[in-house]
Amino acid sequence: MIAIELAYWQEAILKLLLGFAIVLPPAGITVYLYLFKMVSFMQSRLGPMEAGPYGSLQLVAEIGKWAQKEDIFPTKADRFVYAAAPFVVLISTFLLVLVVPFGPDLAIIGGENGVDTGIFFALAVSSISVIGILMAGWASASKYSLLGGLRAAGQLIAYELPLVLAVVGVVIQAGTLSMQGIVSAQYEGEIFGFGGFGNPYFLTQFVGFMIFLISVQAELAQAPFDMPVAESELVTGYMTEYSGMRFLLFFIGEFATANVFAFIAATLFLGGWAVPPFLVDMIPGLEIDSWAFNLIGPAVMIVKMLLLTFVVYWVRFTFPRFREDQLQRFAWKVLIPISLVNIAVTGLLKVVF
Amino acid sequence: MTAVNDREQLAYIASQAADARVNLELEAEGMTLNIGPQHPATHGTLRIVLELDGEQVIKADPVMGYMHRGYEKLVEVRTYPQVTTLINRIDWLSGFANEVPFILAAEKLMEIEAPERAKHIRTLLFEMSRIANVTLFLGDMAVQLGAVSPVFYAFRDREYVLNQIEAVTGGRFHPNFDRIGGLKDDLPAGWIEDTKVAIQKIYDFCDEMEDLLVGNEIFQARTRGIGIIPADVALSYGLSGANARASGIDWDLRRDSDVGQGGGLAYDKVDFKVWTHPDGDSFARYWVRLQETREACSIVEQLLDTIPSGPIMAKVPRIIKVAEGEAYVATENPLGEMGYYVISQGGLEPFRVKIRSASFSNMSITPWLLQGTYVPDVITILASLYFILGDIDR
Repeated sequence: MIAIELAYWQEAILKLLLGFAIVLPPAGITVYLYLFKMVSFMQSRLGPMEAGPYGSLQLVAEIGKWAQKEDIFPTKADRFVYAAAPFVVLISTFLLVLVVPFGPDLAIIGGENGVDTGIFFALAVSSISVIGILMAGWASASKYSLLGGLRAAGQLIAYELPLVLAVVGVVIQAGTLSMQGIVSAQYEGEIFGFGGFGNPYFLTQFVGFMIFLISVQAELAQAPFDMPVAESELVTGYMTEYSGMRFLLFFIGEFATANVFAFIAATLFLGGWAVPPFLVDMIPGLEIDSWAFNLIGPAVMIVKMLLLTFVVYWVRFTFPRFREDQLQRFAWKVLIPISLVNIAVTGLLKVVF
Repeated sequence: MTAVNDREQLAYIASQAADARVNLELEAEGMTLNIGPQHPATHGTLRIVLELDGEQVIKADPVMGYMHRGYEKLVEVRTYPQVTTLINRIDWLSGFANEVPFILAAEKLMEIEAPERAKHIRTLLFEMSRIANVTLFLGDMAVQLGAVSPVFYAFRDREYVLNQIEAVTGGRFHPNFDRIGGLKDDLPAGWIEDTKVAIQKIYDFCDEMEDLLVGNEIFQARTRGIGIIPADVALSYGLSGANARASGIDWDLRRDSDVGQGGGLAYDKVDFKVWTHPDGDSFARYWVRLQETREACSIVEQLLDTIPSGPIMAKVPRIIKVAEGEAYVATENPLGEMGYYVISQGGLEPFRVKIRSASFSNMSITPWLLQGTYVPDVITILASLYFILGDIDR
């Protein structure tokens, strides 16, 4: 443990910087790795090659391009709401990351005086982005934006339910709402008496894991659930009228939220920042709560996040999109019943074993 | 008894009227949504004015003419050999196929017949431009449905065919290769083998699309039962080509016209099937075009093996003057029936040319077809009808 006493404001600034560090660089990594490169290889092209080695600085160039663009306000737009909407969307991303643990002591709000109901908090604040999207859709004074905003609101609210219900199974199994608690429950868990791998919940909760991934895909409005931004019919939905930095904020919001959800999924289902116990046992002197894991943890999390976001982008660039009625039907008639059954079965097994 | 009945009836009428008033007050004003002229879905400048109730279309009104280039007038001041330069820009994805019906109409008026070899290679290039055109549709339909990757495969594999067309004609899109009485040039050496390789790529592409899209549940959910055109409606709106065949109308000018059967194109030399589908929905239109691409590949393969020897050009006067008269020649182009009605007064230029392009007629069904559909389906229906803006506006 580092024993430095910091004043409250110093700690607050450090935590703010930490928040940016957790959200922005991984977003840059996934955008370059997956959105630029992997998708290009999928589509038999090279992707950006000029800016930096293998186009690795393309994102920097893009940000420079966006920063130079005019910040256009439509004439009939509700100026304040229109200006505020991207920030509201982004706020939900930053609030989400607050409770995600990256090491035994490494969470923006965590540790001993952290929130005991971390996952509950995360699921609650994830819905704030709906407000931002509705604000953007309404305030743009554009028909495409309005249709996109309303579609987004309907969809995000519908998929919030399976998302929450999928997590309930994990919570029952771990017996805690705290993210840190869920990580240690997976680390200490055993599969039929064998504890070498711990008990990552994607094995026992694979139904919940699948539902969680599908709902996240829908929450992020990625294909096949990208009706709100359906570029072939609604141009880009609620983002249609935005330009310059405000569009960039939406862009960051979209991809950073994908990462943060992947972080959360990694924590809930893949064992979080911890590595399987047999790996820890291989290195003498290393314990799961030793300080070294504050350095190893973030790297482990990023690897797990990259695995999960790979699936997100892979699906996104493969499938055609659902119509709204079809995706609502899918949420209410397929996902929610399955997740309810999953909860019942999990509860039953919890009592039996 | 009657009085009671009357009173009941009056009460009923009154309550109905009251309901109607409430509904009138609650009725939201419909929204008018302009799709186009600048819109990602209308690859070109088509504008469709939709009157919406929520997301349901009450009325759809296509507005055409943003890309009108006046070809029918322009060709009147050009000599017959010059006309092909212009008209292969009508359906810009299959340039060569546009030239053929016009040249055939001129040949008919001049009573010239192209040599067998010319007819054969003409058919070959005609089918290859069909492949180049429809391949893009097979990928583009996926984009309109939200799957972005297939269109890149379409662009990639179409290039093999375009390369072969370029190797013969010198132009990828606008060959300007067909001549009255034959063709400009013969095939280059080694071309037949290269083309067989290219055709194999298209076969593979069709299989890939079948795996990626046709079997996909979401694709089927978005296209099956959407935008159904019954056969009689298709006929009454003058639909042609794959759109008509997808509604179960077994009609193909390659097989059913004299021009196709040896009158200018050598379809009598090959064995091919005209695919139809009984459903008439978006899925049927996609499926029929997929099968037609395969059929076109098989036609090209058969033609490649049976090219007759002989001259490539008939005996044609140096200065082409077309005899007085009128002729209408239509062929089965990638988008449907394309015909030219040529009136000649014996001069160097045509007196009047009426171009019957397939997309224009196919487009005319949209007000009927889009009524009552939802906005997301509007896009897929338009995509499955497959029009090209140059072919609508000329």
